[in-house]
Formats: sequence, structure tokens, C-alpha cells
Amino acid sequence: MTVVILDCGSGNLFSVAKALAATLPGDKKESDIVITDQAAILAKAEKIILPGQGAFARCRQGLVSRPGVLAMLAQKTLVEKTPFLGICVGMQLMVERGVEHGDHPGLGWIFGSCEAIKPEKSLKIPHMGWNDIELTESGKTHPLLRGIKDGDHAYFVHSYAVTGCPRENLLATTDYGSDITAIIGRDNIFGTQFHVEKSQQLGLQILRNFWQWDGSLGIK
Amino acid sequence: MLKTRLIPCLDVKAGRVVKGVNFVQLRDAGDPVEQARIYDAAGADELCFLDISASVEERAPLLDLVRRTASQCFMPLTVGGGISSIAHIRALLLAGADKVSINSAALARPALLREAAEEFGSQCIILAIDAKFAANDDPGTPPAWHVYTHGGRRDTGRDAREWALEGASLGAGEILLTSMDRDGTASGFDLSLTRAISDAVSVPVIASGGVGSLQDLVDGVKIGGASAVLAASIFHFGQFSIFEAKNYLQQQGIAMRV
Repeated sequence: MTVVILDCGSGNLFSVAKALAATLPGDKKESDIVITDQAAILAKAEKIILPGQGAFARCRQGLVSRPGVLAMLAQKTLVEKTPFLGICVGMQLMVERGVEHGDHPGLGWIFGSCEAIKPEKSLKIPHMGWNDIELTESGKTHPLLRGIKDGDHAYFVHSYAVTGCPRENLLATTDYGSDITAIIGRDNIFGTQFHVEKSQQLGLQILRNFWQWDGSLGIK
Repeated sequence: MLKTRLIPCLDVKAGRVVKGVNFVQLRDAGDPVEQARIYDAAGADELCFLDISASVEERAPLLDLVRRTASQCFMPLTVGGGISSIAHIRALLLAGADKVSINSAALARPALLREAAEEFGSQCIILAIDAKFAANDDPGTPPAWHVYTHGGRRDTGRDAREWALEGASLGAGEILLTSMDRDGTASGFDLSLTRAISDAVSVPVIASGGVGSLQDLVDGVKIGGASAVLAASIFHFGQFSIFEAKNYLQQQGIAMRV
């Protein structure tokens, strides 16, 4: 059993690893959590986490520049249906394109694009801090959101956000001037705009659920 | 809606918190790792870890201590003190910091902010500004504050408002604003300073320096316009708990995560 934290050059891998370790099920070991940028190790992953910080294009480049990683990621998630969790920019990469510092292709797993947040009047950018989330109908029945309810708080830090996701792929939103996409998902892939590893109870609950998740959208 | 953040700050010197928490003193007075654990459990919104002697001693914060402190935090951790290079920042992020706060080094070489933001993203680059009121001979001009470095030892002569604007435009994602006039005095934030900076920049401002009562926190948000409020002594000495502070802010009409 291996959970692979995929290293695309982002700085917060340790935070993700220790949050995963803090939610370790009784039958798992810390050595089951592996940080790697190697396609051969990714090939053996039973679950995959892609954390991301910084700019969209830079994170994508981080994946592209590692030999075979992008192809292996597609093989694992789209063909083998390995459970996948994208965090922050790791979630933004799941859509078709990002327009941060130019127009860049995303992984294209979910319809939509990642664009600058355009807040009303006096709101500060980045959207930084604790905000409450509202689950959509799809979100309410998602296995990874078991134990999470409307109004629970998550920690956000971002200036760009995913827009244009189909309704069935939008699992939760948060309010910052307007509705901001907070969680998206499709089949075995799932992504949060907020930092799961920094969201205390809510984040740890999602990770606990992730340990148990087989990638299906079965009954909650 | 987005909540106002309440941030306890650990001022660390030689590996120990300078102001201890009363109720853990018997076990291990001023151990930052133990205090991080307590603040995490208490529901602090973020934690700030400032190695206050690092800049003076011309070294980066202690990596092992940061690593052990981070291991107790499932909330964002900011680390500051003596950070002067991309290599420092990378090492701290890998040790578990979520954000770094840069002060003296950014004044010495402002391009560091741009390079750091390009490398790691603006979200993890905080510009710390230590500001002190500058006596103003001409009553016709608005109040001004000068920026100080090296733990408040050196006056750079730079205007705090202009420096905040420049820092944000270079890529700092947040400003940690400390009033040197108020720090440690328990007489409240310098509200006109906080308001002047907060109005000037589009990035969030964390107000710091001078909190002595829960009303001071409220004023920092309502009058000063801060996105987050930081305090040390009122929490360390057990005067108020995080829970009490958040409840008070909430009662005063400020949206908090309680």
C-alpha cells in the first residue's frame, strides 16, 4: 500500500506528508507514504496526491520536466482509476487551461479553466485565510466528504480560481465576493482549492476519508 | 465569508520562546514545539514563529526547531528572522513552514521579494515591516513612519507606506506590519499606521505590536482595517485564551472561525 505524494517542485510536500501521517489508519505505516518525482515509483502508487504551490505554469512545468511522469499520471488516474487528490494548484491543474502569466494547458481531466479572481471593490487579493464551504448536491454524497458539512472552515490561499466546471463536477464552493470553486471531482479524481493539510479538522477528515477511498462514488 | 485571522506569535531566541506560557512552564517553559501544539489544539488560525535573534546574528532560523514546530501544526505556519536567500526559503518550506516573513534582507535587496515570489508564489512570501513614527515638523503633511531593520536597531529612512506598496508590487502576498512604538507596551495597535498601510496596498495586512486587551484586537480590524491580528503576550501569559479572544471579536461583529 503506497500513497505517493507527487513532487512537482512545490515547497509544501512535508506538510502534506505529516498531515497524512497524522491520519494514518491502524493497518498502515508511515513508510507507506512516499514523496517522489519518479515515474517508476508513481507506477506502483495505490493513491496519488498532487500538492501545488506557486504559479500554474511552473507547477505544470514541474510535472512535464520529470521524465515519464505526465504519461504515468494519466495512465494511473484515467486508465487504472487510482484515487487522486489534487491540492491548491494541484487541483487547478486538473482543468483544461490556466491563464496565470499566459495561457497554459492543464491536465484537462475536468472541463473548466483557472482564472484570476475578480473580487468586488475592497476585497483583498490573495483570498487568504479561513472561509466556510458550501457543499453542492454532488458534494453531499461524495465519499471523501463524509463527516464534512456546510459551514465547515477550510484554509485558502490563492489569487486564481477554477471557473466553468460542469455542475456534476462541482462539489463545493466558498463565498469571496462571489462563489469561488472550492472542490471539484470526477470519478476517482478529486481536488480542493484549499489546503487540506492546513485545514485542521476538516482537512484531516478529508485525508482520513482518502485513506479509505477506493476511488468509486458509492453510497456514502 | 472569509474570516478575520487571529495569529499568536512565538518570539524565539536561542531555541526558546522568550515569553513563556504560564500553564506549561512547569513542564517545559517556552518550548516552541509544545506551544505550537497547544495553539493548534486551541484553534489558532495561523502560527507565527519569529527567530528574533537570527537577523542580528546573521543566520537563518534554526531548521530543526522549525521542523519540530511544524510537526505540531495543522494550520499555516509562518517563519521569519534572518531569511536572506532563495536557498533559506526553500530549506524552511521543506522543513514545514508554509510562509516565510522577510524583513531586513528585502530592504537590502528588494529584488529578493520578486525572485522569491516567482520561485515559490506570492502566497508564501510575507513582507515584514517594522515601522516607527517619524517626527514631523510640518503639521500640514500627513503622518509618516520610517522602516527599521535588524530587529528595530537600524533606521533605513524609508517611508513605511511607500515600502509596503513597493513590496506588494514586487510580489509579497501579505504584509506583517509591526509598530515599534507600540510593541510590548500593551497600549493597542498603532491604528493610524495600520489604516494607512492597509488602505495603501491590495494584499492582506497583519497588524502587530501593542495588543493588551481584546478590544485592541477589535480596533485593529474595525479601525485599522487589518485582515489579521497578531499578538504574543496576551496569550503567552495566559491573560486570554484563543477561544476567549475569538468569541469577543465575534461578539463585536467581526466574522471569526469559532
